[in-house]
Amino acid sequence: MNELNDKAASFMTSDKSTVKAHAINMESLGRNRVEQSIHDEDITLTVNNLDLYYGEKQALFDVNMVIPRKKVTAFIGPSGCGKSTLLRCFNRMNDLVDTCRTDGGISLDGSNIYDKRVDVATLRRRVGMVFQKPNPFPKSIYENVAYGLRIQGINKKRVLDEVVERSLRGAALWDEVKDRLHDNALGMSGGQQQRLVIARTIAVEPEVLLLDEPASALDPISTLKIEELIYELKDKYTIVIVTHNMQQAARVSDYTAFMYMGKLIEFDNTDILFTNPSNKQTEDYITGRYG
Amino acid sequence: MSLHDDNKQGFIEWCKRGEPMIWLNASAVTVSTLAVIGLLLLLAVRGFGHFWPASVMQAQYTLPSEQATPVLAEQVESEAVPIEQLLSAGFNIDTDDAFVDRQLVKLGNRDVTGADFKWVITRYLSEISYPADAVVIERLEWGNFYGYLQNVKEQGNVVASIDDGKAWDEFQARIARANNIHEEIKRIEKKDIGAINYRLEKMRLKERGLELDSSVSESRRQQMQADIAAERAELDVEYKVLQGQLADLYKQWHRDTFTMKTAGGQVKEQRISTVVKAYQPNNMNLIQKVGFYFAKFGEFLTDEPREANTEGGIFPAIFGTVIMVLIMSVLVTPFGVVAAVYLREYAKQGLMTRIVRIAVNNLAGVPSIVYGVFGLGFFIYFLGAEMDKALFAEALPAPTFGTPGLLWASVTLALLTLPVVIVATEEGLARIPRNLREGSLALGATKAETLWRVVLPMASPAMMTGLILAVARAAGEVAPLMLVGVVKLAPSLPVDGNFPYFHLDQKFMHLGFHIYDVGFQSPNVEAARPLVYATALLLVVIIALLNLSAVALRNHLREKYKSLEM
Repeated sequence: MNELNDKAASFMTSDKSTVKAHAINMESLGRNRVEQSIHDEDITLTVNNLDLYYGEKQALFDVNMVIPRKKVTAFIGPSGCGKSTLLRCFNRMNDLVDTCRTDGGISLDGSNIYDKRVDVATLRRRVGMVFQKPNPFPKSIYENVAYGLRIQGINKKRVLDEVVERSLRGAALWDEVKDRLHDNALGMSGGQQQRLVIARTIAVEPEVLLLDEPASALDPISTLKIEELIYELKDKYTIVIVTHNMQQAARVSDYTAFMYMGKLIEFDNTDILFTNPSNKQTEDYITGRYG
Repeated sequence: MSLHDDNKQGFIEWCKRGEPMIWLNASAVTVSTLAVIGLLLLLAVRGFGHFWPASVMQAQYTLPSEQATPVLAEQVESEAVPIEQLLSAGFNIDTDDAFVDRQLVKLGNRDVTGADFKWVITRYLSEISYPADAVVIERLEWGNFYGYLQNVKEQGNVVASIDDGKAWDEFQARIARANNIHEEIKRIEKKDIGAINYRLEKMRLKERGLELDSSVSESRRQQMQADIAAERAELDVEYKVLQGQLADLYKQWHRDTFTMKTAGGQVKEQRISTVVKAYQPNNMNLIQKVGFYFAKFGEFLTDEPREANTEGGIFPAIFGTVIMVLIMSVLVTPFGVVAAVYLREYAKQGLMTRIVRIAVNNLAGVPSIVYGVFGLGFFIYFLGAEMDKALFAEALPAPTFGTPGLLWASVTLALLTLPVVIVATEEGLARIPRNLREGSLALGATKAETLWRVVLPMASPAMMTGLILAVARAAGEVAPLMLVGVVKLAPSLPVDGNFPYFHLDQKFMHLGFHIYDVGFQSPNVEAARPLVYATALLLVVIIALLNLSAVALRNHLREKYKSLEM
């Protein structure tokens, strides 16, 4: 674990030097106070004045933020603060809840994902998601990874073989399962299952990976492996991760958003947010005074 | 406080520990298990004893102040009856015992004596013996014959008699020969002539269809009529040839006769062609008896019924039951699954859906005879009649589908069992973890793709559960079937070698109805009774087999789609 900490720390310092402190246009990010500019970053997702309601109950209040491309952005905050809800807005998973309603918008590369003409299936192909509990399908390891491609109508064995191998290698799982690709995925350990789910998600080559507490159901060793994996995947994908574990957020993320009671309280460079938070609530939370 | 509290042994403490509940539960299970085992045992003992070759008793039966009558019979059962009952029945009994033993004997020889079963009072039987040469003959008609073989004749000339010791072997050989010829006759009548009749009927319908179809030009009409006439002439020739063969075979079949002497000394000559089998039970050792038993049991399973269903086998009933259940399964499963998918996955879960769901559940409680009435009124008299008008107009006024038959029986039972499948499938769908659906959706699958590739396969064990319940219910139903297609005796199986091989319009036999028919509609109660038990046990076994195969399939699916508890 120490080794990873060191690695993460060194990666973060080196990264920090590349992020220049620019003045931020406060209007573009709304009234939430953002200390550090991320103007130099290439922006993938933009959240504009997002309100979200479950029936009568409002779950998100006027959220404004941006998600930089090929970086890891972490959402932290106490249970029920709306961080998972916000995450599920990025691939419109909240559509599945009948009573859910949104105001405001989220744009992916400049186009609004809540537009009526958007094909949700295509959106979800571009914005992949990994859930808290590993949820492999009760099929073979191979079929789990090939699932997304088969949905797209790709059934050529040669193509599938190649993508399965590439994805499993990408999820650091290939060496463990290459001899039992056709065994049932449910026979794997929890950590392996979660990496399989990640492999399954990257098999369809999304631009964004949403990770909803991906390691919370796993043991420390598996958690470590997932964190290492996130570090590697950052080169290729924009990653948004929800986590309860502040150490984890500090270890793996470049930017961190702290949410409380459905509001985005502070969004900043991870290092700065953890070492020098500008908001009292953030400070209270990361120092463990509530949450 | 001491852990060993010796005071806590009273009744109240015993109750507090929950012991009475355990005893109650355990005894409920015991009673249920015993009831089921008892039921099966009763059916087995009463039913399957029937096939055992019972010894044949020779005795003198002398009622007080009456002449002795010789008896040659199988003992069926015995019981003690109050003497008053016998006295009031007009018997002259010379004893003061309160109870008198009497026994039921099977005398056979219905064509000679009139009745083939008789109650005799045990104390008046004398000179009881079990002669080795007593012969039991199972006949195609008139039930069994009991007596002593005298001789065997070919075209009226004695070829073997009891005196030269070869009569029995000669008799058996000639029975085998006659049975072979009979098989051949049946084959020609059923298969060859049956096929010709079927084609002739098809041709008649074609001709009639031609008459009804006014769009055919005159020249074409004449051409077709000529074709039909030519084909019919051809078939007639074929038929004549077969008829010739048959006549010859019948002559061959009826060639031999045999003479038997009854216990009463009457001598009766009969054709060997009437014999199904002949055996000497008193002369058989245990192994022979066991062999005979299984042969007889095999016949019961594979033969057609004879003599108003009191003799022979029940194969058509087994076949009809199984085929009807299979057709019903094929109909009900997709329909129920589709309905359940809509109710659970697509319908808005509001008041309307709740009402529909309650209505569906309540359908399962509607008495089955009501479904029978509905099937008759809607499927047969409306749907079937309309189908006849549209598709089988040439056969009218004889109905094709406008009459009870296999299809309508299966459809009615499918309707009857539909709620079970819907409810079970819905429950299965509800149990699929939400995060698996989300996993699929998050990969860019649409709802339909998710359903098809993830949800339905995982819900398949639940569908099988629904099907198992449906089969269990459908296979045992009798009441609605009496209205929509089951008959006492179907002349042919609904599946045969004539195109289109499956005859869904035909009436069929069913084990449940067979039990009712043999048990309550039979002219020969004593002969039919063991068959009722045997058929009932067989019905239970068949339902169990159908269910077990479905359970095996379900377990396989469960293993395949098992999901961790999430």
